[in-house]
Amino acid sequence: MTVAAFTFYAFAVTTITGGLMTVLSRNPVHSVLWLILAFLSSAGLFVLLGAEFVAMLLIIVYVGAVAVLFLFVVMMLDVDFASLKAEMTKYMPLGLLIGVIILMQLALAFGVWGYDEAAQARVAAPTGDFPNTGALGLLLYDKYILLFQLAGLILLVAMIGAIVLTLRHRIDIKRQNIVAQMMRDPAKAMELKDVKPGQGL
Amino acid sequence: MEDLLRNYLPIIVFLGLAIALGAILILAAVVVAVRNPDPEKVSAYECGFNAFDDARMKFDVRFYLVSILFIIFDLEVAFLFPWAVAFQDVSMVGFWSMMVFLGVLTIGFAYEWKKGALEWE
Repeated sequence: MTVAAFTFYAFAVTTITGGLMTVLSRNPVHSVLWLILAFLSSAGLFVLLGAEFVAMLLIIVYVGAVAVLFLFVVMMLDVDFASLKAEMTKYMPLGLLIGVIILMQLALAFGVWGYDEAAQARVAAPTGDFPNTGALGLLLYDKYILLFQLAGLILLVAMIGAIVLTLRHRIDIKRQNIVAQMMRDPAKAMELKDVKPGQGL
Repeated sequence: MEDLLRNYLPIIVFLGLAIALGAILILAAVVVAVRNPDPEKVSAYECGFNAFDDARMKFDVRFYLVSILFIIFDLEVAFLFPWAVAFQDVSMVGFWSMMVFLGVLTIGFAYEWKKGALEWE
C-alpha cells in the first residue's frame, strides 16, 4: 500500500468515525468537537483529491468559523437533556419512520444515479497545468460571474438579516459618545467664579 | 499529482508526530500519575465556594451577532484568495466583478457600522 492510499484510508476512517460520533455522543459539546474532527479529516481528503483550495477553505471557514458558531448555539441553548431523554421513547417510532424514509430516498437516488452527456459540455474545460487556486480564480470571476455576484448578494442579505433579527439597542443605559468625548474643550469644562467673602454665589 | 502529494508529505509527518505526542502525554498521565481521588478533590472548584449553578446558561445574543458578522467577512476574504492568486491573468471582467462584489459587501459594512452592530454597549 502506498503512502497516498494509506493516508486516504486513515482520513476516510477518521471522517466516518467523526461523523458517527457526532450523532452518537451524549454531550452536544462533544458532538461539535467530533464534527470539527470530521471537517479536518475531510480537508485531508480534499488535499488527496488535489483540491487544495477547497481543503484550506474547509479549515478556515468550517473549522474556524462555522464550528465556533455551532458551539455558540449548543452553549446558548438552555436545554434540559434529562427531560429530553425521558421523552425519547415517545417519539422513537416517528423518528425510526423518518429514518427509514430517508434511507429509502437515498437508495432510490443512488439507484437512478446517472451522468448526462450534455452536462459534460457545460463544465469548464480543465485548465491543464495551472495551479489549483489560480485556475479557480480565472474561472470564478469571469465565466461564473453571475453565481459569484449572487454569492455576494446572499452574504449581504445574511449580514442585514442577522443585524435586523438580533440587534436590540437598549435605551436604559448611558452609552459612550466617543466624538463628543474627544471634542471636549477642557477650558470650557470648568468655570471659575470669584466669590466675595461673606456672600453666597 | 504525485508531486503535489509529495509537497504535503511534511504536513502528514507533522500530523503523525502531533497525534503521537498527544497520545503519549495522555497515556503517560494514565500510567505514571498518582491517582488518589477524593470527593473534595474531584469537585468543581470555583474560587473556594460551591458552584452556584450549571455552566449552561443563556448569554447575550450579541456574541452570536459578532460571530455571524465574522463568518460573513471570513467568506468574503475566502473569495478574495483565488482572485489575488490569479491577479496577473484575471480578465477585466473578473477584476470589475470583484470590485462590484467588494462594493456590495461594503454597503453591508456601512449598514452595520451605521446601525451600531459593531459597538458594545
